[in-house]
Amino acid sequence: MDSQAIATHPDHTHAGHEHPPYLRHHFATVEQQRETSSFGMWLFLLTEIMFFGGMFAAYMIYRNWYYPAFVAGSHQLSIVLGTINTAVLICSSFTMAMGVYSAEMRRKSALVMWLLATIVLGVVFLGIKADEYHEKWEKHHVPGLNFSVQDFVRVNPAYPEDKALPLDMAEKTQVYFSLYFAMTGMHALHMIIGISILIGLVIKAQAGAYTQGHMTTIENFGLYWHFVDIVWIFLFPLLYLISRHQ
Amino acid sequence: MSEPTHHEQHIVSPKLYGVIFLLLMICTALTVGASYLELGTFNAVVALGIAIFKATIVVLFFMHVKYSSKLTKLTVAAGFFTFCVLLAMTLTDYMSRAWGRW
Repeated sequence: MDSQAIATHPDHTHAGHEHPPYLRHHFATVEQQRETSSFGMWLFLLTEIMFFGGMFAAYMIYRNWYYPAFVAGSHQLSIVLGTINTAVLICSSFTMAMGVYSAEMRRKSALVMWLLATIVLGVVFLGIKADEYHEKWEKHHVPGLNFSVQDFVRVNPAYPEDKALPLDMAEKTQVYFSLYFAMTGMHALHMIIGISILIGLVIKAQAGAYTQGHMTTIENFGLYWHFVDIVWIFLFPLLYLISRHQ
Repeated sequence: MSEPTHHEQHIVSPKLYGVIFLLLMICTALTVGASYLELGTFNAVVALGIAIFKATIVVLFFMHVKYSSKLTKLTVAAGFFTFCVLLAMTLTDYMSRAWGRW
C-alpha cells in the first residue's frame, strides 16, 4: 500500500494535472491501472493453475496405475456431502459475483452483505469438509497417521457388487487417500486464506473503501475466489464421482 | 507515448449472474445423476465434459473474461495451454515407457 500512500500524499503537488486520488503516478489512466492489476492477478492465477495442475497430473497417472484401488477409495466418500459442498461453493461464487456488482454500483451496504454471505458459505464448506476428514480419521483412512487396509480387503457393504481387493492393491488405496488429502487439503487452505482476506475486505468495505470508484481489490479477490471454485469443480467429479459403479 | 491499453469496464448484470448460477446448479445435478449410470469409460468423459463446461462459464462470466481485453484473454488461454502441455508431455512419457500395458 506504499504506492497508495504516495499517490494520495497531501504534500504532493498536482500542478497541471487532475486525477482521482486512487490513480497512482506510474499509470497514465485509471483504465491502464485497472488492466495492469488485473493482468497481474491473472499471472498469479496461472501459477496457481500449474500448482494444482501438478497434483491433477499425479492423480491422472496413479489412477491409471492403481485403478481398482482408486475405485475402492472413492467408494468411501459421501456423494451427498460432496454434492452439498459443491452447491455451497457455487452459491458462494454467486454471492462473490454479486459483491463485485455491488461495488461497481457503489452500494456499500449491499457489498458488505454479499461479502459476509460469501464468508458464511465458505465457513459452511469448511465445516462439511472437516466432518468428512473426521470420518476418514475414524475409519482409519488417513495415510501416514492411522491407516488400515481392513476396509479394502473385504467387501464394502455399501457396494456389495464390488470385489474385495488383494492385499497389494488394498495398500495402494493409500495413494488415493494421499492425493485426496493433498488436493482437498490444498483447496481447503486456499479457502481459509480466502476467508481471512474476506474478513479484511468486509472491514475496509464497511469504511467505504471500495464504493468510491476504486474497486480493483474486490475485482481481483473475486477472481481468486472463483478460481478456488473452479478447482473444486474438477476435484468433485475426479475424487467423488468418476470411479463409481465400475 | 503510445496509447494505454483500452479496458472499458463492462458491468455484468445480476440477471446474467443468476442465469450462470442456475446453469452451474443444473450441471452439478446432471453430473451427480450421470455418475449413477453405468457408462463405462464414458462416465469419466461425461463428468469431465460437464466440469469443463462449468469451469468455462465461470471463467467467461463470473470472472468477466468474455468482456476483458485481449491481453487478459491471451493470458487465460496461455494458462490453459500450459496446463495441457503439462498433462500431454507427462502422459507421453508414461505411456511410451509402458507401451501396450495401459
